[in-house]
Amino acid sequence: MTKRSDEYSRTLTKYVIGFLASLALTMFAYALVSGRILTGDSLLLVIGGLALVQMIVQLFFFLHMADESRPRFRLVSFGFMLSILVIVVAGSLWIMYHLNYNMMGMSAAEKDTYMTSQKDKGF
Amino acid sequence: MWGRLSLDALPHDMITIGGVVGGGLALLAAVAALTYFKKWRWLWTNWLTSLDPKKIGVMYLVVATIMLLRGLADASMLRAQQAIFATSDAGPISSDMFQQVFSAHGTIMIFFVAMGALFGLLNLIVPLQIGSRDVAFPMLNSISFWLFVAGMVLMNVSLAVGEFSTAGWLAYPPLSGLEYSPGTGVDYWIWSLQIAGIGSLLSGINFLITIFTLRRPGMTLKKMPIFIWAVIGCLLLVAFAFPILTATLSLLSLDRTIGTHFFTSTMGGNPMMYVNLIWAWGHPEVYILVLPAFGIFSEIVPVFSKKRLFGYTSMVVALMAITILSFTVWLHHFFTMGAGANVNAFFGIMTMVIAIPTGVKVFNWIFTMFRGRVTFATPMLWFMGFVVTFTIGGLTGVLLAVPGIDFQVHNSLFLVAHFHNMIIGGVLFGFFAGVTYWWPKFTGFRLHEGLGKIAFWCWLIGFMLAFLPLYALGLMGAARRIDGYDASLGWQELFVVAGIGMLVILVGVLFQVLQVAYSVWKRRELRVGSDPWGGRTLEWSTSTPIAEYNFAQLTPVTHRDEFWEQKRPGHNKQAAPALTSIQVPKNTSLGIVIGMLAGVIGFAIIWHIWWLAFVCLVATIVTVIVATLREDTERIITVDEIVETEKRLRGATS
Amino acid sequence: MSTLALRDLKLLNFKTNSGFWLYLMTDCILFASLFATYIVLHGGTAGGPTSRDIFELPMALTETIILLTSSFTCGLALLALRQENLKQLVVWLGVTYVLGIAFLTIELTEFSSLIQAGHGWQQSAFLSAFFTLVGTHGLHIFIGLLWLFTMVIVLFKRGFTPKLKRQLGLFALFWHFLDLVWIFIFTVVYLMGVMPS
Repeated sequence: MTKRSDEYSRTLTKYVIGFLASLALTMFAYALVSGRILTGDSLLLVIGGLALVQMIVQLFFFLHMADESRPRFRLVSFGFMLSILVIVVAGSLWIMYHLNYNMMGMSAAEKDTYMTSQKDKGF
Repeated sequence: MWGRLSLDALPHDMITIGGVVGGGLALLAAVAALTYFKKWRWLWTNWLTSLDPKKIGVMYLVVATIMLLRGLADASMLRAQQAIFATSDAGPISSDMFQQVFSAHGTIMIFFVAMGALFGLLNLIVPLQIGSRDVAFPMLNSISFWLFVAGMVLMNVSLAVGEFSTAGWLAYPPLSGLEYSPGTGVDYWIWSLQIAGIGSLLSGINFLITIFTLRRPGMTLKKMPIFIWAVIGCLLLVAFAFPILTATLSLLSLDRTIGTHFFTSTMGGNPMMYVNLIWAWGHPEVYILVLPAFGIFSEIVPVFSKKRLFGYTSMVVALMAITILSFTVWLHHFFTMGAGANVNAFFGIMTMVIAIPTGVKVFNWIFTMFRGRVTFATPMLWFMGFVVTFTIGGLTGVLLAVPGIDFQVHNSLFLVAHFHNMIIGGVLFGFFAGVTYWWPKFTGFRLHEGLGKIAFWCWLIGFMLAFLPLYALGLMGAARRIDGYDASLGWQELFVVAGIGMLVILVGVLFQVLQVAYSVWKRRELRVGSDPWGGRTLEWSTSTPIAEYNFAQLTPVTHRDEFWEQKRPGHNKQAAPALTSIQVPKNTSLGIVIGMLAGVIGFAIIWHIWWLAFVCLVATIVTVIVATLREDTERIITVDEIVETEKRLRGATS
Repeated sequence: MSTLALRDLKLLNFKTNSGFWLYLMTDCILFASLFATYIVLHGGTAGGPTSRDIFELPMALTETIILLTSSFTCGLALLALRQENLKQLVVWLGVTYVLGIAFLTIELTEFSSLIQAGHGWQQSAFLSAFFTLVGTHGLHIFIGLLWLFTMVIVLFKRGFTPKLKRQLGLFALFWHFLDLVWIFIFTVVYLMGVMPS
């Protein structure tokens, strides 16, 4: 019974810490934005970072990533997924930024007018 | 009540009507035969509701073969049109039909022939090669198959009711958007793929977990057959690329049904984002198709060289490198869309890098043959054909990887020749080799060698005739997807050569059909034992026919090429564990029900029959809940039954 | 339970948990595609409202706290499950469920007020992307609540079977994962959408 309740209180502690930490991180990010404490790129980086930290907190305190015994399937598959995600998302954003810069010189209104005129010509 | 469905949806032109009538008659003939021979119960119990991956695998292959015939019919129409056009400024099919035919051709070949053959092979071979009795999630396996069938049915229904997409096999907007394709064509395309795609994704998860958790005790990663490594690479790509397809198809569908503006030209939309996303899926997709083919050749070459695979470790490293790299090259499909020199340069370089591990593999196969005792049975012929063809295709691929060159030949027939080179030479030849190689394991007789050899030479020569001219045409400026080129260009001779090549391929297909028919007829003369080629891996250690439970005992494994080692004299046999009763999954019709419901949902959305879509969606959710609540799912095979079966199948006490 | 049956159960639990985790990884890629689309298109406002015009940060914060709490109570429910404490399990699952409903209610209210103000998904690419990304997450929440509801019924009918324990474990994974995705929606859509340029 002692071993069971040891595990119980350990897990309970983890959940509570995870919850409070996530709450704090959320409130902090909220305060930074609504209180206009930071602005611009530095704000973006900080709240992005806060989100990543909260993700790690929840991965370890709610999803028990560290408690996995070998083979560490969850950890490896998560790592693989994250790599693909970064490549696809960052790659897409890089590509689209350049495409938009090169190919979308017109403003939205100009593009609207152009596309409508092409359509009227029967294209 | 019936949305936009009306009698107008039925076909109006002779060719389509011919196709529909022909298909309908074939279906009717099948139904008549089943009724006459009183085989409905047999079909239902032994095949349709079975959760045995060996059965599901065969069903995938049957569907893939039927779709191959349709895809080849489409290709023949395209070749005929382009060969004949210059003579009279008109060919046998109209422009609009031509657009539908090449769109259907590509979609069918990739999604239903190649993916179908792929999952068919995985079902048949993977559990046996890892020494397991089943896949990880048998019910899910059945659902995946029936979702695949639902997609295939929608694809074929589009012939009879409505039209098909004219926007190519990838349906770029704005052409595929509501404004320029207001009909049902693109919707058929979307929903066939969406439904089949979900089946593929579920299979990807299923087989990855199967390989990860159900390997024979002692079969560490380094002792796995190389085919399994190739399959792991393929499945990782399936699992992590198909969600992108699901998302992108959904976005296009939302644009077409509820008026969103993801890919519209106005209101802030960006059609280029579609191209980006679809190829972020699309490039991994082509590696999904080819990696198992590499795996098949890695199995065949050692067996027919009677020598173990050269460079197992470097093969594994190459496979994993290809897997990861295939996520880093996708922009090479749209160099010309305008991302600029820096972006193009990065992706061009990555594309050249990915050719390197493939080269490593080709050398390793050749080194395997060196100083081996090579026999050129049909599977080995397909391998030799692959080496020649795939290398040519690979070289043109490296050419295309250079953005500057690509700007000249993008979307020309050069490109068309390149990817057919890779898919036919790589994927198709690989599957033909695999089918010929593993056929005797499942049927107990070999396919007739002579007919097989003729078929091979027809395919090889036919392929060269059909596609090498296209390289020249592309370099001369011929764009793709055009239904006729003016006679004054002087290109007609090359198109005629390509047309002849197509005919030679069709002769090859005829010989393949003949080969199967003749071999079935003469199966007693062609009978072989359970290990006709001198196999190296565990699937060859089973009896033929294979017992329902695959292996009576799950004896631990101690070597790579375990079966080969077991056959060597002086090998210390591992102690087999004691016989215990075996659980096998019971049959269930839930897979068919879910597949059918999915198909109807797709049809309903296509035709805007919203109430039907909603009702079937609710029914699907209910069915899924029922499926998760099933309790009595396994059937027990007792030890006595096992002993009896083994005696019968092996003719000796086990 | 015999050693053989125990080993079989362990294998069943292991492969089911691994399979479900792998599915969640694929779902991450699905959401990643939607996030990438949102980021690319969020400037496509076509003369309509921008993110600064329509997002209310306090409401988004409320949703975030509600979902986070429900993820916490879901964890507590799992603890109760391991103790086989039926009463605690039902209480914590109930709280999780109520919080989930509350979350969905707030989200649907936001959606409907936007639509009624003429700012539906048809107005611009930005709004299309917003409704789709946030809506897909909401759809996942809805399916989760439906799943939870079904399982509680099964719990009362069949009690603590190994299958139900396993399935509740899967639900917890699903629910935690949805909270993870929401962190990024809150950050990328709401926080970054509202911050001064």
